Amino acid sequence: MCSTCGCGHADMITITKIGDEENHEHFSLHAEEAVSHAHHHHHHESGQAHTHRHVHEDGTVAHHHHEVPTSRIVVDLEMDILHKNDLMASRNRGYFEALQIVALNLVSSPGSGKTSLLETTLTALSSEVNCHVIEGDQQSSNDAQRIAETQVPVVQINTGKACHLDAQMVQKAYKQLSPENRSILFIENVGNLVCPAMFDLGESARVVIISVTEGDDKPIKYPDMFHSADICVINKIDLLPYVQFDVDKVKEYALRVNPNLEFFELSATTGEGMESWYKWLHDRLRDAP
Amino acid sequence: MHELSIVLNILEIAEHQLKEHAGNKVDAIELEIGTMAGIEMDAFHFAWDAALPGSVLERCKLTIHSVDAKALCSECGYMYRMLEHYMACPACGSFRNSMIQGKELKVNSLEII
Repeated sequence: MCSTCGCGHADMITITKIGDEENHEHFSLHAEEAVSHAHHHHHHESGQAHTHRHVHEDGTVAHHHHEVPTSRIVVDLEMDILHKNDLMASRNRGYFEALQIVALNLVSSPGSGKTSLLETTLTALSSEVNCHVIEGDQQSSNDAQRIAETQVPVVQINTGKACHLDAQMVQKAYKQLSPENRSILFIENVGNLVCPAMFDLGESARVVIISVTEGDDKPIKYPDMFHSADICVINKIDLLPYVQFDVDKVKEYALRVNPNLEFFELSATTGEGMESWYKWLHDRLRDAP
Repeated sequence: MHELSIVLNILEIAEHQLKEHAGNKVDAIELEIGTMAGIEMDAFHFAWDAALPGSVLERCKLTIHSVDAKALCSECGYMYRMLEHYMACPACGSFRNSMIQGKELKVNSLEII
């Protein structure tokens, strides 16, 4: 049951703008009509058929066979299973680029400090830079409430049973936020080091966060995520004296998976190392296409 | 468990095609899945069996073509079969490479009756 309105939509996706909870939105991804229309060819193993041409909504011309209903039709599709997400991600990317918005997809295991990193970052930057946040969690708006304390506009996506954000959820969320030109949009993905790797949100950069309380071999245990990331933030470095975590080793493992990764070592709690992270954010915004 | 999302995406593609071709049922489906596509096959089959009863894909014949990942070493140009993302080039030991294949995640074809 939805905790805001009491409707039976717990297995659907809920998008709530903090401060405007009355107008939250439920939707089911599977119920939506596919947005794209692939080109394909098919042939008939039996029965009669005829062929004609018609123009699709997107302006492309396709050849079609129309078949008698009793026949067996083989449709050669060659379609990417995630084509719908990838199309939507491209649209998001175009929107972000047009408005010169730097959209960052923050991914990590649960508990690596994504929300704390955001709180510290927003507190430091929001007076100089327009920031917006999309929070993704399966349930609860706790994280969005924490972000709202920093006075930065935030939308909570509750994915219900889904273990990752996808491009369509993000699109619905930023439509509620209406981010300004030349701003940073932080998208905090569901805490999960596996599933979000597959779903392009249209982000400008993917930031994977690992904390020193985790194992330093995580990059080779969860290579897909490190392979798809652009930036690796190593968080909670203030705890290094108390844990068995080798920073050089984690970097070496991560670079094996992805030799192009760029690293930041910091502590969102003590502020150590945050300056280079802020500089990177400023540079990204300055260089936004 | 993103494999469930993948199965639901396949179902959506199948439903769309069925409607487009005014068919009753999908009798067979062929998929192409790369070994580096991020799909755990056990989880995929579990999600497939769990999600499809009562749907247009129920009892359809599933064929999966697995595509071995191949990488081209950026240092020495050697082409090799990639077993993990962090696999060094067997010829020169470099981790810099570009993946030639292995990320495939496609519906190749459907048979509609």
